[in-house]
Amino acid sequence: MTEAIATDRNDPAAASAEEAIRVEDLHKSFGNLEVLKGVNMSAKKGDVVAIIGGSGSGKSTMLRCINFLETPTSGRIVIGGEEIAMRADGSPASRKQIERVRSRLGMVFQAFNLWTHRTLIENVTEVPVHVLGVPKAEAHDRAMALLERVGLAEKAATYPAFLSGGQQQRAAIARALAIDPSVMLFDEPTSALDPELVGEVLTVIRDLAAEGRTMLLVTHEMKFAREVSDHVIYLFEGRIEEQGPPEAVFGAPKSERLKQFLKSVA
Amino acid sequence: MEQVIELLSLSPPGWGGNLLRGLLHSLEIALGAFGFGLLIGLGGAIGKLYGGPVLRDILAVYTTVVRAVPELVLILILYYVGTDLINKAAGAMGYGRVEISGVAAGIWVLGIVQGAYATEILRGAIKAIPIGQIEAARAFGMPPLKMLRRVTIPAMMSFAIPGLANLWLIATKDTALLAVVGFNELTLETRQAAASTRAYFTFFLAAGALYLMVTLLSGRVFARIEKWARKGQPGHRRAGA
Repeated sequence: MTEAIATDRNDPAAASAEEAIRVEDLHKSFGNLEVLKGVNMSAKKGDVVAIIGGSGSGKSTMLRCINFLETPTSGRIVIGGEEIAMRADGSPASRKQIERVRSRLGMVFQAFNLWTHRTLIENVTEVPVHVLGVPKAEAHDRAMALLERVGLAEKAATYPAFLSGGQQQRAAIARALAIDPSVMLFDEPTSALDPELVGEVLTVIRDLAAEGRTMLLVTHEMKFAREVSDHVIYLFEGRIEEQGPPEAVFGAPKSERLKQFLKSVA
Repeated sequence: MEQVIELLSLSPPGWGGNLLRGLLHSLEIALGAFGFGLLIGLGGAIGKLYGGPVLRDILAVYTTVVRAVPELVLILILYYVGTDLINKAAGAMGYGRVEISGVAAGIWVLGIVQGAYATEILRGAIKAIPIGQIEAARAFGMPPLKMLRRVTIPAMMSFAIPGLANLWLIATKDTALLAVVGFNELTLETRQAAASTRAYFTFFLAAGALYLMVTLLSGRVFARIEKWARKGQPGHRRAGA
């Protein structure tokens, strides 16, 4: 799938029909520390791409560069065939464009980041109503259906602080789904959870993968990554060290570092 | 006792009506100055947090100077300089002397003082918002003004309310300082009543009681607002136990 980049590049129309996300030569430095040293990747619609790597490998930074929560130092980000215009310093050139693109990317954070002053249902309807302009009643019905789907319909009127981490994260997934995202971005969605709560969140994500959602998933859950993904990227010190289908990456790793890494997390 | 009641009765020869009128003026100015101060404070806090270097410097000078100089001095400066400047401007444009309303002048002067404190209260409150909440709003493409209205302001409320409640009480009491520029708020009315009747003790005690009532009522109102602002947050009492 990554080989497709080269052939598609000269034919943007063909690329945009199938391609959900393309990242080209992405660099990111924090001061003198270069965290990403030229990452290339792409995902087609319906792909589930798992991004794995040790802490400090740049996997979260890469995900956060895609919606410009972090400003890339250089590179290109193309989402659904639309390249995000960047200034020389890497910040988005057009506020309108980046806001429009962001409102189609469903981000799920490690720390949930639900709005604590709003109930679950209000969290889920917030972006549809106040960013996308969906009528309130329609957004409400959709939000209820989504909360139902993640098993939180009875908690709709509850504030996030009164829920477990697993419940909060499921609500955060419902919030991301509410914008009908073209791509879901998961930034270590289970890393902040107690072990016994991880399963309920993974079940929800597994469902989404099964229904053909395009997803980028930064995760430490290797078994899960192997199970749900179509493609696995292993990052090491800001570069893609190895990538391929999960059976290959997990079953027959070629790189010494990946072998070491898989041994250390097993 | 009868004499006291007579002195405080609402209609002349009693001075109660004057006192209440003074109180009303005080509250009017306090409310106006508090509101004006909040506006300055919100702009100032946002400017300090997100503004460019020049704006940040200007705001730093503003909050430092206003908080350093005694309020009484500031009031005298702002009042006389302010009216002088307006009159000079009016004169230059060919108008005669402008009569500046006491209420407007009071709101302007106290508002500028309040604004400096409000800037710092709101800046602290915005900084206390967990960064993830702002990040989530950005990640979903919320435009800056909408983010301010839908996320930043409501999320900072619970952090800002205790400080703002203090600021409001200070506003009500700072109105007394306007007596020095001859504005007939509660303190000046009281002084006049006391001087005319020589019943100093009675009238200043009555004024003190009125200020106390304002404080007690304000406390209740702010307790309600705080409860509302803290919705969604588990109680401290329970968490601490």
